[in-house]
Amino acid sequence: MFPLLQALLPIYLKAEEIVRGLASMLIKGPSDIAPSEIIPRAVYVRRREFLAGAASLGLTGGLAGPTAGGAQAAPLQAAKSQLSTTGETITPLKDITSYNNFYEFGTDKGDPAKNAHTLKTRPWKVKIDGLIGKPGEYDYDDLVKPAALEERIYRMRCVEGWSMVIPWVGFPLAEVLKRVEPQGSAKYVAFETLVRPSEMPGQRGLFQALPWPYVEGLRLDEAMHPLTILAVGLYGETLPNQNGAPIRLVVPWKYGFKSIKSIVRISLTEREPPITWKVQNASEYGFYSNVNPAVDHPRWSQATERRIGEGGLLVRRRPTLPFNGYGDQVAGLYAGMDLKANY
Amino acid sequence: MARSNPVPWPRRLLLGQDPIRRVIYIAGILPAVWYFHLGITDQLGADPQNTLERLLGLWALRFLILTLAITPLRRLGGPNLLRYRRAVGLLAFYYATLHLTVYLVLDQGLDLAAIWADIVKRPYITVGMLAFTLLVPLAVTSNTAMIHRLGGAAWQRLHRLVYVAAAAGAIHFIMLVKAWPPEPLIYAGIVALLLLVRLWLHVQKKLRPSSRKERAPAGA
Repeated sequence: MFPLLQALLPIYLKAEEIVRGLASMLIKGPSDIAPSEIIPRAVYVRRREFLAGAASLGLTGGLAGPTAGGAQAAPLQAAKSQLSTTGETITPLKDITSYNNFYEFGTDKGDPAKNAHTLKTRPWKVKIDGLIGKPGEYDYDDLVKPAALEERIYRMRCVEGWSMVIPWVGFPLAEVLKRVEPQGSAKYVAFETLVRPSEMPGQRGLFQALPWPYVEGLRLDEAMHPLTILAVGLYGETLPNQNGAPIRLVVPWKYGFKSIKSIVRISLTEREPPITWKVQNASEYGFYSNVNPAVDHPRWSQATERRIGEGGLLVRRRPTLPFNGYGDQVAGLYAGMDLKANY
Repeated sequence: MARSNPVPWPRRLLLGQDPIRRVIYIAGILPAVWYFHLGITDQLGADPQNTLERLLGLWALRFLILTLAITPLRRLGGPNLLRYRRAVGLLAFYYATLHLTVYLVLDQGLDLAAIWADIVKRPYITVGMLAFTLLVPLAVTSNTAMIHRLGGAAWQRLHRLVYVAAAAGAIHFIMLVKAWPPEPLIYAGIVALLLLVRLWLHVQKKLRPSSRKERAPAGA
């Protein structure tokens, strides 16, 4: 079935091109505007591919990228990292920035790209408190400036059964945690997203999909793991608002919803903190939420995933990997734990 | 039927004799043509398969809602659109078929084992399959010959399955989303409302049988 469809596709495209050509000749005469529409697109696509290639080579540091975040996007200097995932095709920027779950801006995956421009990401303060030696309100610059930015290419697997490969720019969360001096009793790290209904339409009105603020959490050892980063950019530029600007968490071996966006508070706690999706439905979402093809979501299988930006309409599902393919690095964190019970 | 019918069945099925019905069929099928075009030219966004699946399913539900709205509209004093109900109902069936085909062929790649596992294990797939299965006998018996063969009363009883199909379709939509986004809830609300109106009309008829001399020719 698939080879047949794949063989028919170019024939159909050619036929449609001919029909469209004929139609535009009939309507507008031979000198239609098609070339001026086609060329920028071709240039855009090539540029996208070039950037994807550059990113996979770790060359994006300081590169003037495309306009993902609109006027606010600024290039970032980032060194390439040994911890980046290799051998994967990077998802096109257009897809990463147009297909988002960020319910603060609406429940449709196109809503964040449409609505997030209203969010003001400066000034931005992150309150760090709880069981630490140096609690306080940290300004974005104070938090990020001391860190050496790295490019981290990671797979991102959504709990809904799709995935991307994203070239993040960020730094290990451990750097921040060490700076604020965790106390011996701290066992967990809790995170909180901004609540600002005036700039977040999903937090206004009759239908509000989730209780706010969106909260997430990690065990301290998960938070200190070198793969766990705070991201401030992607594709060599500052984060677009719809991707969680100005600063977000990225935990590549867990389902995407664990990687909380637009963080305003980080607290170290002794007990397991509440997390939004578990509060919403504890039988479907657990605290750990490690990517695990052997443990299905109660309503759908987690055995396979669709890679976004790969193959268009004819994309085929690929097998999902335990810990999203990061098992070598992180499986040790869960030695002796029943991962079916602790989903 | 006195008139012999020389029109071959595919044309009869799609176009028929009534020009308004013709317009309904052609306009009704346009979204599918448009999505097919968008899909083939890679304009359905980042997850085209899922988007196409969702859009086709939505149209199936929309047309189901329209068929359910025709009787209440007439009974509550609106225009009588009964003669277009078959067209709208068939469009719902066509969209449900396309929706299912995208799931079977593109999404699951005709992996029969995976599909069967989905049907048995995933309640939202089970419910969706149920909705589609219920629509099949309705589409098959939608032509005039079948109405005559079954007899009006039996045909009507059979076609009440559409209530279950519409409810199952709405539930199927709610079950496949996370949390409580507004769209599936709005569709479910409309379906529930239309079914409640019918129930209400039915109860009224039962309570005052003498006050209603004229019998409705079709629909409950």
